[in-house]
Amino acid sequence: MKKKDTSASVSSVLIRRPIKHWFPLFMGPMLIAFCIGFLYPFFKGFYLSFCQFRTTSDAKFIGLGNYLKALQDPTFVHAFWYTALFAVVSLVLINVLAFAVAYCLTQGIKGSNIFRTVFFMPNLIGGIVLGYIWSMIFDGILMKYNTSILLNSTYGFWGLIILIAWQQIGYMMIIYVAGLQAVPTDMLEAAMIDGASRRQTLWKITIPNVMPSITICTFLSLSNGFKLFDQNLALTGGQPFLFQADGSQVRTTEMLALNIYNTFYGQGANSRGIAQAKAVLFFVLVAAIGLIQLLSTRKKEVQQ
Amino acid sequence: MIDQKKKLSAEAARKLVLTIIFSIISVIYVYPVILVAINSFKVNTFVKTDTFAFPHGESFAGFANFVKGMTFGNYPFYKSVLYSFVITVLSSALIILCTSMAAWYIARVNSFFSKIIYFLCVFSMVVPFQMVMFTLSKTADTLKLNTPWTIPVIYLGFGAGLAVFMFVGFVKSVPLAMEEAAAIDGCGPVKTFFSIVFPVLKPTMISVGILEIMWVWNDYLLPYLVLDRTKYMTIPIHIQYLKGSYGTVDLGATMALIFLSIIPVIAFYLLCQKHIIKGVAAGAVKG
Repeated sequence: MKKKDTSASVSSVLIRRPIKHWFPLFMGPMLIAFCIGFLYPFFKGFYLSFCQFRTTSDAKFIGLGNYLKALQDPTFVHAFWYTALFAVVSLVLINVLAFAVAYCLTQGIKGSNIFRTVFFMPNLIGGIVLGYIWSMIFDGILMKYNTSILLNSTYGFWGLIILIAWQQIGYMMIIYVAGLQAVPTDMLEAAMIDGASRRQTLWKITIPNVMPSITICTFLSLSNGFKLFDQNLALTGGQPFLFQADGSQVRTTEMLALNIYNTFYGQGANSRGIAQAKAVLFFVLVAAIGLIQLLSTRKKEVQQ
Repeated sequence: MIDQKKKLSAEAARKLVLTIIFSIISVIYVYPVILVAINSFKVNTFVKTDTFAFPHGESFAGFANFVKGMTFGNYPFYKSVLYSFVITVLSSALIILCTSMAAWYIARVNSFFSKIIYFLCVFSMVVPFQMVMFTLSKTADTLKLNTPWTIPVIYLGFGAGLAVFMFVGFVKSVPLAMEEAAAIDGCGPVKTFFSIVFPVLKPTMISVGILEIMWVWNDYLLPYLVLDRTKYMTIPIHIQYLKGSYGTVDLGATMALIFLSIIPVIAFYLLCQKHIIKGVAAGAVKG
């Protein structure tokens, strides 16, 4: 292994050295855009979360005040628990259904390809458009009972769950299908010869073998759930609003991303520092979920 | 023998039942899209009260919704379509070109600096847009990157992570022999890249391209915050604007626009379905 490494690096000098001279051409455009579109806004945003500011130029350093205010904000706390509940429910529902669909569609039944095409289709439609399609459907049903999805937060919650399941089952299904097709056939045949029932084969052979796909899908649907914005904005936009005794209002179906957006642009320039602090907390949360999820599920994977 | 036959026919029956069940589910699955089509031909007031009925008699609006939708909301719809198209094509092309070049450099030049860049790209993949949205939109304003012709730079910057990650993964699996042969024959890096490496990268380019097209075409918040909204709208912005503007919303006309905006997406999907599914699967494996 080590020998191979050195020989590769020696010969790649042929490639490496000349490329280095062309650094501005190969790396330049991407690096400049990366600085404008990511690095600078990221670090500036991180710094601004410790400041009071109206625009980016009049920032005044105030320490951790924004973070304290953000954590004491009842709308933010509500949005956090609401989002967490939403993410967990959608995670379970999407993954169970997507796995079931993928499992059925890899049994060699007629029309599998057409079904796959159909299930994946909603993925290509954007979140805003999806939100309006489903708000029309839900309101069409709820009108008959003289209510609306905007009037009842329970409807708002399950409406968004149905929407997101409809959109993402096909996506997760594709990943599960790829995983299921990679299960070694000799293992399945051996199980059949040994007289294992269909259920035993599923639990003892198939599921342990698709564990990598399960890891990816749980990770993806959990972070998708937390980052959800467009669909939330278009379907309910946070409605119905609940008025508190002190005159403030909690948007009952508002998720974290929308809460941050509303703090930035809906509450006047004075709350921008708080909004940026919320955004940093949100970033830490989303990044941490990714890491924890990956570390905890990776242990259960079949060692090959 | 008989036992085995029985088993086989039971298996066939099971598969038939599954096919029937999935046919029914599939119809339910496409129903929302069909519903949009149906309602785009309905008179406004009937969309809410009679959502699930076919347009008939007085509720049938013909193409009036489409005609009205074209100029609905004081902004011509064809302009939004045009800008969506321009932004999507330019951004995807720019991302593919610039990130594949950068990825080749990162994969072939194993220096500390290129490792740092690679790490930052991977890092950028887990950062949610809300973290950078305020500072990013201000930066874009200052640098005059707020037009459809310049916003691709923002897309390249914010979307580079996944693309670089996918390209580097692929370049690392490409044997060096061809590039070495080219170098020995006197090919400079630029020629080596464009005539040898670039063609080899084609499958990954299709995957990256599909992912970027799907992202940029449907993206709402980034163009909403970055673009100069008095002059430029994209399809998602336009539709959100129609519903968000207070007063009476013409649901029939909105449905007509939604229907129009779905048609190209579905056509694109049916045309390059295989590539789309493969691209999505490739992008997902990387998380």
